Amino acid sequence: MMRHLISAADLTKDDAVRILDTAEEMARVADRPIKKLPTLRGRTVVNLFFEDSTRTRISFEAAEKRLSADVINFSAKGSSVSKGESLKDTAQTLEAMGVDAVVIRHGASGAPFRLATSGWIDAAVVNAGDGTHQHPTQALLDAFTMRRRLVGRDAGLGQDLAGKRVTLVGDILHSRVARSNVDLLHTLGAEVTLVAPPTLLPVGVGSWPCEVSYDLDRVLPASDAVMMLRVQRERMNAAFFPTEREYSRRYGLDGERMARMPGHALVMHPGPMVRGMEITAEVADSERCTVVEQVANGVSIRMAVLYLLLGGQDQTAQQTAPAPATEEK
Amino acid sequence: MSKTLIRGAKVLGGAPQDVLIDGERIEAVGEGLSAEGAEVVDAAGRVLLPGLVDLHTHLREPGREDSETVLTGTRAAAAGGFTAVHAMANTFPVADTAGVVEQVWRLGRESGYCDVQPVGAVTVGLEGKKLAELGAMHDSAAGVVVFSDDGKCVDDAVIMRRALEYVKAFDGVVAQHAQEPRLTEGAQMNEGVVSAELGLGGWPAVAEESIIARDVLLAAHVGSRVHICHLSTAGSVEIVRWAKSKGWNVTAEVTPHHLLLTDELVRSYDPVYKVNPPLRTERDVLALREALADGTIDCVATDHAPHPHEDKDCEWAAAAMGMVGLETALSVVQHTMVDTGLLDWAQLAERMSFRPAAIGRLTGQGRPVSPGEPANLTLVDPAYRGAVDPAGFASRSRNTPYEGRELPGRVTHTWLRGRATVADGKLV
Repeated sequence: MMRHLISAADLTKDDAVRILDTAEEMARVADRPIKKLPTLRGRTVVNLFFEDSTRTRISFEAAEKRLSADVINFSAKGSSVSKGESLKDTAQTLEAMGVDAVVIRHGASGAPFRLATSGWIDAAVVNAGDGTHQHPTQALLDAFTMRRRLVGRDAGLGQDLAGKRVTLVGDILHSRVARSNVDLLHTLGAEVTLVAPPTLLPVGVGSWPCEVSYDLDRVLPASDAVMMLRVQRERMNAAFFPTEREYSRRYGLDGERMARMPGHALVMHPGPMVRGMEITAEVADSERCTVVEQVANGVSIRMAVLYLLLGGQDQTAQQTAPAPATEEK
Repeated sequence: MSKTLIRGAKVLGGAPQDVLIDGERIEAVGEGLSAEGAEVVDAAGRVLLPGLVDLHTHLREPGREDSETVLTGTRAAAAGGFTAVHAMANTFPVADTAGVVEQVWRLGRESGYCDVQPVGAVTVGLEGKKLAELGAMHDSAAGVVVFSDDGKCVDDAVIMRRALEYVKAFDGVVAQHAQEPRLTEGAQMNEGVVSAELGLGGWPAVAEESIIARDVLLAAHVGSRVHICHLSTAGSVEIVRWAKSKGWNVTAEVTPHHLLLTDELVRSYDPVYKVNPPLRTERDVLALREALADGTIDCVATDHAPHPHEDKDCEWAAAAMGMVGLETALSVVQHTMVDTGLLDWAQLAERMSFRPAAIGRLTGQGRPVSPGEPANLTLVDPAYRGAVDPAGFASRSRNTPYEGRELPGRVTHTWLRGRATVADGKLV
């Protein structure tokens, strides 16, 4: 296991399956009356959030507390960061306080990578979302949700997602969730198709390990899971698409479209949803929609990641482990 | 004044010859010159070039003396073998009046390390709205010939047209920073495969190429000359090649870093690779080398852009754009162009001294190594190999992308009008 979790692309298939399997063990803790393990007792984890994200922060916080870690929440708002302190100085302040892991959410792509590789700190770094780059724990919880539903909770143990057809729909260009999912799903053997208006696909998407389509209706019947991504209304003002209604008509998921999906197929969404834009209420509230399940699974996945990074193996081995593979890529 | 005899130097890479400097001028060039009364520099195996001329340098003074001053910048220039630099106008205050350009010009004279030719802003405050007093800057002691809003593009087609026309009255030239602003809002790196993966805002090649295409057409229409700053894409090369084939008065420069580095380096998220225009792809690098070799690109210009440490020791998006370049330029050009066989030393001299001096209408710089000419000379040891160590830089800033990289060649001596500014690899 690596020392940091920066990008889903850094995970091998064995790493990923191991995290998913560990998360299943962690999920059992959640089923107990006392949802706590002593694993990280005496270890300090800081949630360093430069961007507002209550949902992700709470998910990490719940995971850390269930592992008995000491938790510090550091929000950039109202802190010295808003007065111009640099990421480096903030990091070194935390280092001086002796934190063991930093969970970082940052608006700048690459900030967690810099934190992990610039020699500013020694702590393990977990990327909780950076700019439009990566959000690896989201991809892991999505894969976990798919494996449970499409392979089975017990049958899935030790398994990947070979042959599963996953469709991601929406604002791929600005989405760290999409990038992480493409990387991880490809590693796990799934076949990924991206569906979006051409304006919301990055130049260079042709080199990604996935298919690209502009036609949602053609892709739906051949999908085992359809992941709808949030589309911010403001994008309309930058001419990415003409109107909200036109977007919704061409790329939104409503009941009629959902009916064209295979019977077993899932509807997923990383949240928060924009109902009426990329997804109708009828779909969001349907049995097939896994949004709430994804939230619950998020805690298990984050427990697994922190456990494996901080407590899951021999300490000395961790300290000599190499930096994430993005450096050599 | 003293005499110096440079013994056995390969003048412009040719057969070994002696060059005698007397006072400010070259006295004689030949074999077996008398060393009587002269200090002798043994130049066996070394290449003697005309002093290098940079069309594109940011000296940062006035305003950002924390990153560079005219003195530290000209010391860096001398260390890199330059005897003249053009100081870009994006200072604080902007060099958009006769007063500011004269200040920069005077500071250059006082430094004594390298001639400083100020570049004047095209528009007031670099805002692209209203022409600066171009004539007053030309008529000032600084004698400005090159005008540029570098750092920003003169994107308004009418302002650009007027500037191109207006400077004809005194044989001026507009040096365009070609960057369509709307296409590059939030741009962080070259738009392509790597930016898609890294999630960094793209700076598409078309944003440069569309402006160059427009400006060569404008220059042709009004019969003016235009200079393209830091050309960075294969497409830009094709447009300039086409414009030149029409006989239009277009010149272009390329930076050393665009001849060597690609956007693959951005995968490190290390802001030392953040620069504007951004590092492009391998295909672009090869096209730029070819264009510099065949003369489509006229010259090399450093775009030396010093920044304080804290502006690079941070996350990518927060970092400043730019790299220092004066002290590594010659090594990078030797590495990419001479050692690859694309240029010989005489052709390098053309592209790093004669042409840029001619574009900037400098007199006394970019002259042949011949008797009677000003003794602006650079002596290079092309056999030297060494890793770049920023700690040894004369520049006040250290933001080099080459730290630890082994590069060939070293400037051992630089003479500015007969005075050694660098001797035995050290500033004098």
